Amino acid sequence: MQLTWKDIPTVPESNDLLDIVLNRTQRKTPTVIRAGFKITRIRAFYMRKVKFTAEGFEEKFQDLIGGFPNINDVHPFHRDLMDTLYEKNHYKVSLAAVSRAKTLIEQVSRDYVRLLKFGQSLFQCKQLKRAALGRMATIVKKLKDPLAYLEQVRQHLGRLPSIDPNTRTLLICGYPNVGKSSFLKCITKADVEVQPYAFTTKSLYVGHFDYKYLRFQAIDTPGILDRPTEEMNNIEMQSIYAIAHLRSTVLYFMDISEQCGFSIEDQVKLFHSIKPLFANKSVLIVINKTDILKPEDLSQERQDLIQEMIQGNSSIEIMTTSCHEEDNVMTVRNKACEKLLASRIEQKLKGTARVNNVLNKIHVSRPTPRDDIKREAYIPNAAKALTKYDVNDPNRRKLARDIEEENGGAGVYNVNLKDAYLLEDEDWKQDKMPEILDGRNVYDFLDPDIAAKLQALEEEEEKLEAEGFYDSDEDFDSENEEVQEIQEKAKWIRDKQQMMINSARNRKALKNGGTMPRSKLTKSFNELEEHLDSLGHDTSTLVNKKNAKLSANRYKESGADVVYNETGPSYKKQPAYKTDRLNDGVSDGSLRSKTDRLAKLQRRERNREARQGEGDRHATASLPKHLFSGKRGVGKTDRR
Amino acid sequence: MRIYQCHFCSSPVYPGHGMMFVRNDAKEFRFCRSKCHKAFKQRRNPRKLKWTKAFRKAAGKELAVDSTLTFSARRNVPVRYNRDLVQTTLKAMARVEEIRAKRERAFYKNRMKGNKERQYDLDKKLVENNPELLRIREVEIAKKLAKEEARANRIEQDDEEEEEVSEDEEMDIESEEESEEEEVRQRVLLKNKRQQRSKRVL
Repeated sequence: MQLTWKDIPTVPESNDLLDIVLNRTQRKTPTVIRAGFKITRIRAFYMRKVKFTAEGFEEKFQDLIGGFPNINDVHPFHRDLMDTLYEKNHYKVSLAAVSRAKTLIEQVSRDYVRLLKFGQSLFQCKQLKRAALGRMATIVKKLKDPLAYLEQVRQHLGRLPSIDPNTRTLLICGYPNVGKSSFLKCITKADVEVQPYAFTTKSLYVGHFDYKYLRFQAIDTPGILDRPTEEMNNIEMQSIYAIAHLRSTVLYFMDISEQCGFSIEDQVKLFHSIKPLFANKSVLIVINKTDILKPEDLSQERQDLIQEMIQGNSSIEIMTTSCHEEDNVMTVRNKACEKLLASRIEQKLKGTARVNNVLNKIHVSRPTPRDDIKREAYIPNAAKALTKYDVNDPNRRKLARDIEEENGGAGVYNVNLKDAYLLEDEDWKQDKMPEILDGRNVYDFLDPDIAAKLQALEEEEEKLEAEGFYDSDEDFDSENEEVQEIQEKAKWIRDKQQMMINSARNRKALKNGGTMPRSKLTKSFNELEEHLDSLGHDTSTLVNKKNAKLSANRYKESGADVVYNETGPSYKKQPAYKTDRLNDGVSDGSLRSKTDRLAKLQRRERNREARQGEGDRHATASLPKHLFSGKRGVGKTDRR
Repeated sequence: MRIYQCHFCSSPVYPGHGMMFVRNDAKEFRFCRSKCHKAFKQRRNPRKLKWTKAFRKAAGKELAVDSTLTFSARRNVPVRYNRDLVQTTLKAMARVEEIRAKRERAFYKNRMKGNKERQYDLDKKLVENNPELLRIREVEIAKKLAKEEARANRIEQDDEEEEEVSEDEEMDIESEEESEEEEVRQRVLLKNKRQQRSKRVL
């Protein structure tokens, strides 16, 4: 059950609500209609707007209604508290108005969507939409007052102390100004206002403290005046409801010094008048402000009055304390807690359901004997014959440990596990079985009926041999000469064919070269001759023809040649592009020598100055700056 | 200790060799070498790789169904040690192996039966269909023969000449003491002469 209502969503004002929802509609639905839209699309456009707005309102209202507690579902204490604080009927009517608005908006949306289905034009659809939204707005505007009221309720509910009606509770009550709040302040960390006038505390306050590792809550209530409940105001009613509904220990505070402005008689009277509310509760009467006046100092009459309060009910006790001096405060608190715990346990035991719950889970079975025969545990005779092992007995049993000691002790002696083998023959125990034989696992062949299987195999083998399974029937004569010749020829042909294929592939492969047109390919006479020769043709006639043709074209020396012996210049003629730069433009020897002299003269000065000439050896910079500084682009790597 | 079979190629995996892969469903896979392990990791099908036993058996290259192969099997019934039984088993193993080898040989022979005839038929066909190539071959052979004949003739001639030369040398034995230098020169001359002659023949 919910005890606090701190997270109710804020309730917007009706105008704000309208703005929120319409704004959202505008933002989240398409806004533009273009020329040429089909009427179905326009209808859908507006229907969507209407539906979306309605949904927005419904969602908001739903949140609102869901957020507020249903006054009938909460704990009676909270129900009564809310009734006094907010007026139950007002609260209910406000929520009902919201709920009603929700259904109305639903109806409006349904009606107008139905109408929009038959809208004839853009204008008509638009007007329908406007009407629908307008009606919704009117409905929401009418909610102005309920929404404002609900917002106030929300704010107040959020600030209510979180009082758990079922936990361990100390309830502090009494006349105004008797020191209830100062007591709460003493026992808990709660920051309660303490002032020297009546009705400082106008609502319930809660403080928490630990006792015996348990969490307790102490509730400070506003002061109560002694008058009929019908006349009580809202502030007093809160205390009355707290006393009535919470299962707790009630601490009734009294001020015998009468500084609070109420006489002892009045306070006793009040106690008696609210006594009916203390039924089933443990009550502690706390006499406060003992620093001013101690109960022993009172007159006998008044002491009797106080004693009268506890008469007729043994569970009520009287204690004294002083909040001002913090005297006896903790004893009062502890006493109250003890009382509370005791009463809670008492109440728990009173309810039979809980006890029965545990009893139902427990079952103790007591089997009944079926007959009178005794069935005793079986003990083997060997076990019975065993004598108790005794270290000092010379005839004691020999243990594995003794054997170990005899053979060198721990770390030296090794237990031979083979001794424990269960084999047919004792002699076999120490045998070593081969695991692998000729690349096979012996254990794979180990089979109790291997002899029979081998016998079967042998028989099968004999049968096969008898059938001639192993006889070779080789009747192909590869030694025959004719056969060998054909094989040889075939081999030669295969080699030749492979060679031809390879050479053709080589010829055709491009290998980065271009293809020459066939007409441009030349073949020498020698190649022709060789080829024909390999094919077995006689080439002698061809060769003769060629020689004859060559000899016919040769230059023949005439008589004049012999007579004049003019064979022409002996040196090879120079090509036209090569010129003799030494002798060009020089007519004779004297001019030649003159140019030489001039050239020498010109060189002399330069040589004297040892200036660098083009003939000098020159080493360029190994890292020329213009090639090695700056960024490199996407282009070449040797230029920047 | 046990010899396992390679999961991929079915070759024996001796202790201390190969590696084992244990899948997360606890199935063990033993491999004889990294080649098989890699092939397994690449999800190759051993039946499709020619070098595996699985392929050879599936493709009928090897003896796959035979009574000798049924002897070796992992039995799930433990057998207690018995000296006589182990002795017979060891003997049986050797005998079974012998029979298996014999049958494998017969199987191979049977598989290769008729290959020679088939090859001979192909050869015959080839020879019949390529008479022009055979002509080239005949020319080649004829040239080769001529060359050999010429060489034989030349050797004969050389031998004759050498005989003459040796006769001269015998006559010169007395004058051998003249000088060794002269003899060397003569030999060089002779050699040159022979070379010239052989060139002429070619």
